[in-house]
Amino acid sequence: MAIPGQKQRSNVEELLEGIWKQNPVFVMVLGMCPVLAVSVSAVNALSMGLATTFVLVASTLLVSALRNVIPKEVRIATYILIIATFVTVVDYLIQAISLAVYDALGAFIQLIVVNCIILGRAEAHASKNPPLKSVINALGMGAGFTIGLLALGSVREILGAGKLFGIALFGPEFQPWVVMVLPPGGFFVLGAWLLLFNWLNIRKAKPAAIQSAEARA
Amino acid sequence: MTPRIELRTSPHVVKGASVETIMFNVVLALLPIAAFSVWQYGLSALASLITVVLACIGSERLFNKLSGQHNTLSDWSATITGLLLALSLPPAFPLWMGVVAGFAAIALGKALFGGIGFNVMNPALVGRAFVQAAFPVAITTWIPAFSPQRFSEFAPTTFTTPLMQPPDISVWAKQALDGFTGATPLARWKFENVLATPMDFISGSVTASAGETSAILILLCGAYLAVRKFMDWRIPVAILGSAALTAQVFQMIDPARYPDPLFVLLSGGIMLGAVFMASDMATSPVTPKGVWIYGALIGVLTVMIRYFGGLTEGVMYAILIGNALAPLIDQVTQPKVFGQVKGKKA
Repeated sequence: MAIPGQKQRSNVEELLEGIWKQNPVFVMVLGMCPVLAVSVSAVNALSMGLATTFVLVASTLLVSALRNVIPKEVRIATYILIIATFVTVVDYLIQAISLAVYDALGAFIQLIVVNCIILGRAEAHASKNPPLKSVINALGMGAGFTIGLLALGSVREILGAGKLFGIALFGPEFQPWVVMVLPPGGFFVLGAWLLLFNWLNIRKAKPAAIQSAEARA
Repeated sequence: MTPRIELRTSPHVVKGASVETIMFNVVLALLPIAAFSVWQYGLSALASLITVVLACIGSERLFNKLSGQHNTLSDWSATITGLLLALSLPPAFPLWMGVVAGFAAIALGKALFGGIGFNVMNPALVGRAFVQAAFPVAITTWIPAFSPQRFSEFAPTTFTTPLMQPPDISVWAKQALDGFTGATPLARWKFENVLATPMDFISGSVTASAGETSAILILLCGAYLAVRKFMDWRIPVAILGSAALTAQVFQMIDPARYPDPLFVLLSGGIMLGAVFMASDMATSPVTPKGVWIYGALIGVLTVMIRYFGGLTEGVMYAILIGNALAPLIDQVTQPKVFGQVKGKKA
C-alpha cells in the first residue's frame, strides 16, 4: 500500500531512519517522560530502552498484520489494546528477570502504554506498511530510543555516581555531582545532547548548501 | 558672570555611558571587596578568585568562538561574573569546582541566551546555584577568617584533585583558629540560636563566603556606583528595606525566636546580593514602579527562605526568582502615556 508520489524506501533506509534521521529522542524529542525519569543510570536506561523496543516491535508487527481488518473508526483503541497486551508481557518479564531493575523503573514500565513513540509508529507507519517493513522500521526506532536513553544514562551515571553500568571508574574518592541524579541534571544532559546533535546536523547541512549555491551561480 | 546658555551648534546630545565604561566601573567597585576578602582569608581566597575569573573569561572566549560572535571579553562582563561568583563561594572552595561553577555560569547563565544583555538570570548566581545543587557539602565547608597562617599556607581543600572529594578540614580548621565551629552566623542562629554581634560582622571575623562579610565596604562601593549613575540605587534600597521591615514584623511577633533586622541585613550574602547581583541591568525591571516591586519581592523572599526554608541562606534563590519575574513585573507596571485614554491602545 505505497503512498502515490512517494518513493519506495529500502529496508536499510527504514532501519536507519529511527537511529539517526528521525531519532525519537534527539530529533523528534518524543517520549521525554521515561527519558528524563529513568536515565539516572546506564542499566536503567538500557532496560527501559530494550523493554520499549520489545513492545514497539511486537505491537507494530500485529498492527501491520491486522491493518486491513481493523475498522478505521476504532483504530486508536485497537492499537492501545495491542500495545497494552505487550506492555503487560514486558512488565511480568522484567519482574521475573530482575526485581531490582523492576523497582528502579517503577511505574514507567506500565507507562510504556502511553509512550507516544509506539502509538505514533502504529498510526503513522505500521498501519500503512507491510509487516516486514514495519518491523524493520520499529527496530530502528527502538534502537534509536535505546541509544538516546543510554547516552543520557551514561553521562548522568558517570558524573552523578562515578560509575558506568555499576562499575566504579574513579575510585572511592570520587565526588558525585548530586545535581546529575536529580531532575535538573536530566534536563541539562538532554539539552547538551540536543545541542551536540543539532550542531552536527547544521555542520553537515552547511557544505551542501554552499555547494548548491555555487552550482546555481 | 557667564550666561548659562549653550552657545554651541547642534547636536547637543551628551554621550551616555557605554557598556564598557559601566562594566569597568563595576569591576573597580568590586576590587576593594575582593582585596578585603583576600586579607581576611589569605592565599586560598586569592587562588579561588583568580581561578574562577579565569574560568569565566575562558568560557566566554570559548562560546564567542563556537557561536561565531566577535570577542566580547573587552566589555568586562565575564570578569564581573567571575568576581561575583568567587566572592559568593566559600573561600576554600576546591579550585576544580570553582572552574565548574565558572563554566556553568557562562554556559547556562549567559551563552545559552545569546550573550551579554540577553540573559534572563544573573550568570554568577546561576553558576552558584549549579554547584550548590551539585556539591552541597563542599559549598557549605567554611574556613576561619584571620587565621594566623593564612598568608603562608593554603586550606587543604583548595588543591583537591579534579573530580575527587575534598578532604575533611575540621581538624585543620581547629588548628588554624581555636574554637572554630565551622558554621555561618545564619546557621548558628537557625540551629543553635546563637546570635553574632554587629561588631563581628563589621570586623569580618565571622565564617562566611569570601566576599559577603564586609558590609560597610560593599555599601561604600555600591554608593560609588550609584552616585556615578552606573546602578539603580532603588534596587538595593528596596531589597534591604523590605528585608529589614519583614524581619522587624517577625521580631515583633516573637522576639525570642526571630533576630533583629540588623542581624538580618549584616549576615549572609544579602548585602552583596542586593548591591551587586540584583542590580544587574539586564536581569532587573526597568519601569520605576517595577524596580520597587522587584526589590521588595527579593527582600521578603530572602527573609522567608531564611526563616522557614531548609537552607540557612536564601538570597541566591530570592534573586533568581526575582530575575525570572522581572519581565512580568515590567509588563504589568508599564507607565501610562500622558493623555492616554483608558481602554484604548496607544
